Formats: sequence, structure tokens, C-alpha cells
Amino acid sequence: MTGYIIKRLLSAIPVLLGISVIVFLIMAMIPGDPATAILGSYATPENVEKLNRDLGLDQGLVPRYFIWLGNMLQGDFGRSFALNRPVLDEVLDRFGATLILAGTSFVLCSLLGIAAGVISAARQYGVADKAITFVVLLGISIPSFFLGMMMILIFAVQLKWFPVSGMWPIYGDRSLWVLMDHLTMPAIALAVVATGVIARLARSAMLEVLRQDFIRTARAKGVHERRVIWRHALRAAMVSIIPILGIQAGFVLSGAVYIEIVFQWPGVGRMLVDAILKRDILLVQGGVVFIAACYVMFNIMVDVAQALLDPRIKT
Amino acid sequence: MMAFLKLLARNRLALAGLIVIGAVVFLALITPLLPLADPDVTDTPNRFLPPFSEGALLGTDHLGRDLLSRLLWGTRLSLAMGLAAAVIAATIGSAIGIIAGYYGGRTDNLIMRGVDMLMAFPYILLALAIVAALGPGLMNALIAVAAVNVPFFARNIRGITVGIAHKEFVDAARLAGMRDREIILSEVLPNVLPVIVIAMSTTVGWMILETAGLSFLGLGSQPPQADLGSMLGEARSALITNPHTSIVPGAMILVIVMGINLLGDGVRDALDPRLKSGALSRPMPATTVERTGPVPAANTDSLLDIATLRTEFRVRDRLYKAVGGVDLHVEKGECLGIIGESGSGKSVTALSVMGLVASPPGVITGGAVHFDGDDIIGAPYEVLRSLRGRRVAYIFQDPLATLHPLYKVGDQLIEAIQSHESVSKHDARARAIDLLRSVRIPNVDSRIDSYPYEMSGGMRQRVGIAMALANDPDVIIADEPTTALDVTVQAQILSVLSDLRRERGLAIIFITHDFGVVGQLCDRVAVMYAGQIVEEGPTEAVLHSPQHPYTSRLIDCVPTLGGGQRKLAAIPGLPPVVDRLPAGCAFAERCDKAQDTCRVSGIELFATGAARKTRCLFPEIEQERRA
Ligand code: SF4
Repeated sequence: MTGYIIKRLLSAIPVLLGISVIVFLIMAMIPGDPATAILGSYATPENVEKLNRDLGLDQGLVPRYFIWLGNMLQGDFGRSFALNRPVLDEVLDRFGATLILAGTSFVLCSLLGIAAGVISAARQYGVADKAITFVVLLGISIPSFFLGMMMILIFAVQLKWFPVSGMWPIYGDRSLWVLMDHLTMPAIALAVVATGVIARLARSAMLEVLRQDFIRTARAKGVHERRVIWRHALRAAMVSIIPILGIQAGFVLSGAVYIEIVFQWPGVGRMLVDAILKRDILLVQGGVVFIAACYVMFNIMVDVAQALLDPRIKT
Repeated sequence: MMAFLKLLARNRLALAGLIVIGAVVFLALITPLLPLADPDVTDTPNRFLPPFSEGALLGTDHLGRDLLSRLLWGTRLSLAMGLAAAVIAATIGSAIGIIAGYYGGRTDNLIMRGVDMLMAFPYILLALAIVAALGPGLMNALIAVAAVNVPFFARNIRGITVGIAHKEFVDAARLAGMRDREIILSEVLPNVLPVIVIAMSTTVGWMILETAGLSFLGLGSQPPQADLGSMLGEARSALITNPHTSIVPGAMILVIVMGINLLGDGVRDALDPRLKSGALSRPMPATTVERTGPVPAANTDSLLDIATLRTEFRVRDRLYKAVGGVDLHVEKGECLGIIGESGSGKSVTALSVMGLVASPPGVITGGAVHFDGDDIIGAPYEVLRSLRGRRVAYIFQDPLATLHPLYKVGDQLIEAIQSHESVSKHDARARAIDLLRSVRIPNVDSRIDSYPYEMSGGMRQRVGIAMALANDPDVIIADEPTTALDVTVQAQILSVLSDLRRERGLAIIFITHDFGVVGQLCDRVAVMYAGQIVEEGPTEAVLHSPQHPYTSRLIDCVPTLGGGQRKLAAIPGLPPVVDRLPAGCAFAERCDKAQDTCRVSGIELFATGAARKTRCLFPEIEQERRA
């Protein structure tokens, strides 16, 4: 197992390099003089000259890339001129909030999606299946930002069950309970689409598995149907569900951008949108590389989970 | 095409989706012709008019602009953006995919590496980075969304192209001296085009959502021009005071995306052959029972008695009578062979006993199975479950497919034990080890923790047998347990079975298509053809003097040891399809002795000797070939 993990980690290196190249190339598309674009309204001749020196902006693309990469490897993601602080500090400050939101959502959508898919498959064409299918269709059709707004309207404004927005109250203590109170709505709003997608795929994966011979064997042994479904079939179906979870994690992370805006959640997504609107280019660049790297790491964890589940993969 | 449309129309939800989308697209198309207020004219004194106000059907927004007009113009813009993004992404992505797939080798490798990199991003990050570089704006958002979806098309279309690039007609074109570009345009493209169109139609909903999303964030369309996303984005600050300004555009996005999804699902279902054939339906815990006639009494008072059992498969409007009235019985400690070609109904008969025929499509429509005196057809699930494995156990054909691939064999054995007895895991494991020893598996202590894929076919089948023995059953039904194995292993498995039978007094029903195997193991044999028993009797007697022409043919198929390779009298013709059984003898088509009388009406199974029965008008009784 350790060998497998090391192998996967090593294989992530080219992917991470590729990501950095892609981000670099996109940023190189910025029209006009890069230093002026980065500095925006802070562009005095001295500033421009200093930035050119630090980032090698007056040199060709290739040396520029390696200077940038070298800086990043040393933990220097550049400096946000709009916020006047290092990009990495800002990203790390914000990342915790995003992680809490996206992580909760991911757990929610995985558990709910799989459970709904299994029940739907087990009761194929029954009332539960039809109800789940309908809710799922609604769930994957509603834009998460609109859903979030409607939830605020109903559950925060009308029913006053949850606070309207934010992660913490402006005044007051910061206990886990308070966090949960603020987290509930955004986490659900973010999870809905992914839950729907996972439920659908879990349903069809289960139906596929339920027709296989080893299910008949389990039944012939006298294994109880509940166990046939939740152990034998689900275990086998997980082999095709887990990669879907990995993909959906990416969608949850993406959707967090909208949800953070709607619920004023102080995460990286909101930071990125603000940075784009303020033309704070180094902050965008650093944030994108950082999140993409995290996602790559997460996918390695998914692969490892897959290998743990399916002994045929190891080696 | 017509059939496809009909199928689509039959799917009511897809039809609803089609109508919704049709209506929205129609409205968007005629928007310029409608007598609407100018969507961009501000009228601040009349801001936030509620819906159904005078002159503003849906009310006005924060600048007093007519919401209905803005909604329709916004819808128009959103649809156009989504469609444009889809077309751009499909064009570029497909071009990349076709080039990678067609040229293969290094080109392919390089391109697909790049595509994989792009797919390593959470998609919106990439879009944000592109918008950040190009600056917010409608066109830039469009470019970003299209770019993000390019890898999806590239990957799918590459897969299809790889398949086509090696087809004969492409090779032929190459030999004819056509240049690559011509081949791609004239041979490859027409073949991948349908796939591109389908992929596009499934993603266009996404694209609409994504462009609207960027606009919602303020990165897409810029004021005063509005698409649905930016309308929603602008309305957000007034969400609490004037929710209608948010609900109007939001609901429209929901309706559009839902319509597209409904339609897409319908198309997908219509194209999926597995749905049509019912291959995606979930088999119930026990076979459905719909007995119409009276329940027949047991023929004998044997341990297991099957009386006029009927099982059929209902696939759409076709009916396959797999088992058409079978009578069988097996005594304690006896071994009964059931022999026949594949499709003769022998396995279905055996699976019907414990309700293991996949259902749907299988239905037991008549007959009875008396086990230990009680009829168990249609017995409550819990009764069946407690019999399965405990009193009547099964061994199946291919143990690689019939053992769970992801559980260790030991755990599967332990589960079999614990399903019927509350014993500790530790004790169950000890018993599992004993079981594995009793089927002569070497190195049991390490084998017990192996996964099925780590074992040889013969070992796996021993595990299958051990599992059947786990609860000391009275009857074992072995469904072609040796068919997938080579001859030596086959012999070993047979000797394990025959020893166990002697030691434990097991009754065995042994299903096979091989008379040689029957001769080694079975006391009695029943020959099945087209869902019916055509001959039954003691193995020796049937082997030496088959009475039904079909039986003698089957026996002639067995190569005898030492006698050289006898001419394999492969039986000409195929067994009849069981949804179109002939009126008279089912074997008549292939029978040398068939007379006109054979084809008139169904033929009875009648006794032809002390323990023998035959279903033939002209049984071969006189020409006994006694040795
Ligand atoms: S009944 Fe006639 S057709 Fe059928 S097996 Fe006997 S001889 Fe042949």
C-alpha cells in the first residue's frame, strides 16, 4: 500500500507542473505590459521597475516561468497589491473557510447521494424511486446560486431558522454550535447538485451490480436481502461510485465560489472573484494554483481509497 | 429515426422537456417582434413595482426597468451564449479529439496529456483564470466557458475516432491515395458527427448554467445589457426587500435547465438498448410467482418434489416459456442429473426451486415444489431465505463471477454460516477452515484470506462447494459446476462431490450438458429439451439404451475414452426458440424419425419401463443396445 501511495504521489508531480504551465500561459494572455497590468493603479515607474526585476517580467516567457515557479516552490506566491500582503498568507487565511464549507458539503452529498441511489435502485420503479428521481432532477436543474438565494429568503428571512449569511456573527462567541448554525444553509445549497449527480450514478451502478452472478450467489446462501443490497451490491458498486465522488469534489469546490458569494462566506472563492473584479492578478494566479494543487492531492486520496476498496488494483 | 421519435414521445417526461424548451426557444426567437417595453430604459420613480402592475406584467427592477421585457431579452442572450459556447467547445474539442485519435502515437499522447492536465482543474477555476486574464465581459465569459469544456469533447471524440481510424473503409481510402485531411473530412467526420451532436445537446444545459453563473458573479455580461445570470446578480442586493426581481430570472434558468435535462434523459433512455430489453431492471429478492391454476399435489413423497413447474420470461411483449411443466424428484442421498443443451430450461428449473430466477423478467406461473412435504413456491421471503443455503444449497458455474470479487473467500464462507446461525466470527472461521479442508484445498490457513481473483479456477470452485456445504444442507443443486474447468480439474471436482455425497448423505441435483459427467456421478438422469423433460430413467439404462432420439444424439456427442475420437455427431439445427414453440414435438425439426403425426399436438411423457419415461411417439425401445 505504501508503495502505491508513493507511486501516486510521484505521478502527481508532472500534473502539478502542467497545472502551473497552464495557469502561467493563461496569465501571459493579459494584454499590454504585464507589470502595469499587475500593479494597476499602483503603477509608478519605480514600482514597475522593481516588479520587473523581481518577477523577470521584462524577460522572455521561459525564464519568467522558471522565476515564477522557483518563487512558488520557496513559498513566495507574490504580493497582492490591492490587499498589500503576500498572496499565500491571504489564500491560507481564506482556505480554511472554504475547506469547512466544501468539506461539509462533500460529506453531505456523498452520504445522501449514495443512500438515495441505493434506495432508488433497491425500490426500482417504486414510489420511493420515483420520488427520489424527481427530487434529483429538480436538484441537478436548479442553479446553486439561485437555490441559495431562495433558501435565504425562506429559511432565514421568513422562518428565521438560520442566520442570513456569513460564517461568524459580528459580535458574539465563535463556538462550534454557532459555526454549524451559519454553515447549515450554504453547505446544503452547495451539496444539492452533487447529491443529485451522485444519486443518479449510484442508482445505475447499483442496478448494474444487482444483476451480477455474485448477487445471486449471496441470495442462494440465504443472506438477508438488506445485507445483499447494502453490503454485497453496494461494495461492488462503490468501485464505480468512488471515481464519481472524486469528480464531484471538483464540482463542489467550483460551486463554492457561487455559494461563498451568495452567503458572504469568507472563503477563497469570494476572494478570487473580488480579486478578478479588482484586477488583482497575482492574487488570482496564486489562488488558482493553490486550489488546483489541493484538488490534485485530493484526487490522489480518492485513488488510494479506491485501491483500499478493490484489492485487484494494488500492485 | 421514426422508432426513436416514437420512443421519445412515449417517454412523457422527455416530451414535457421538449415542449418547455420549444416554448422558451420560440419566445426567445420572437422577442424582438413582441410589443415589449425597452429593456434598458430606466424609470426610477417606478422602481420595484410588484408583478401584475399596470403596464408591467412581472413588475420592474431596481431601476424601474420592465422585468418581462428584460426577462425575455435576457433569456435570448443566455440561450445564445450557452449555444455559442457549446458550438465553440464542440468544434475545437472535436477537432483536437479527431486529430489525436486519427494520428495516434506521439501526437495523440501529447495532446491527451494536455487534455488530462486541463481536466485536473476544478472547471470553474480555469474559467475564472481566463476571465481574470482577459477581463470581465460577455465575450470573455463565453470564451472561458467554451475553453473549459473543450477537454470533454476532445476526450470523447478521440475515443470514437480511434475506433473509426482503423476501420477498413479508412484503410481503403488511404490505399486509394487520399490525403489525411481528405480522409478526415470525408470519412471520419461524418461518422463522428452524430456523437458530437449528442454530446453537444447533453452539455448545452451546462453551458447555459455556466455562462449565467459567470454573469451572476459580475464577470459576464456587463450593464446595461443583461442575461439571466446578471439579472439575478443585480437583483441579489434587493433579495429580501423585493424578492420577485430575483425569482423571475432564477425561475427561468431553472425551467430552461430542467427542460434540457428532461429531454436529455429521454434521449439517453431512448438510445439505451439495455432499458428496452429490461436488462437494467433490478432482480427481486425472490422470483415473482403468479400461479393461475390449482396447486398440484406432490407426485412422490421424496425430499424434493417438483410438480408441473412452469417458469417463463416476460421481456416487453414477448413471452419465453423457459420451463413448460417439469416433474422431477430427488430422494435423500440420491444424485439426479439434469442434462440438456443451453437454453433447454435446465438451469431455470433448478433456480426456480429456491426462487432464484432473476425477476423481472422471470415469473413462475404454475406448478409446485415440495420440499420436505411443504410447497415452497410463493412461500414468504423469510421462509425461502431460511431454506436457502441451509437446507438447499447451490453451486454455480463460473466461480470467478459467482464469488464476490471484493471479499476474501474466508469472509464469504463465514457469512454463509452466520446467515443461518448465530455463531461468533471466531467459531465461524474455524468452521470455514474445516470446510475448506474437506474440499481438499491445500494451505488452508493462508488460502482463507485470499481473494477469489488470487485463486485458480479449480480452487475457486472448491470454495464454491465449501460454501454450499457450510450449513450442512440436505440438497445441493449444482448448476454446471465443472463446465468452466479443464478436464483434470473437472475430474478432481467430481471426485470431491461424489465423496462428500457418500460421507454426508447429500442429495445432489447435477445440471450439465455432458453425458460423460452424468455417467460418473448420477443415479438417475432426466433429459431436458425446450423446457420439457423428454426422457428420464436410471443413468445406466438411459446411457445404454436411450429411447428418445434426442437422448441418443446427446450420448453420441460424448467422446469415449480409449475408443479414439468418435465422430462427433453434432446435432444439426438449433433448439427451438422458446417463445415460438411448435405445436407438436419440439424436437421434430431436428429429428430423423419425425412423422407427420409428431407435429400434430403436444406429446405426453409416458412410462416405458419400470423407472423410465419418454416423450416420443416412436421411442427406440426395440433396438436395445445392451453390451
Ligand atoms: S415424437 Fe417424433 S419427432 Fe418427436 S422425437 Fe419422437 S420421433 Fe422424433
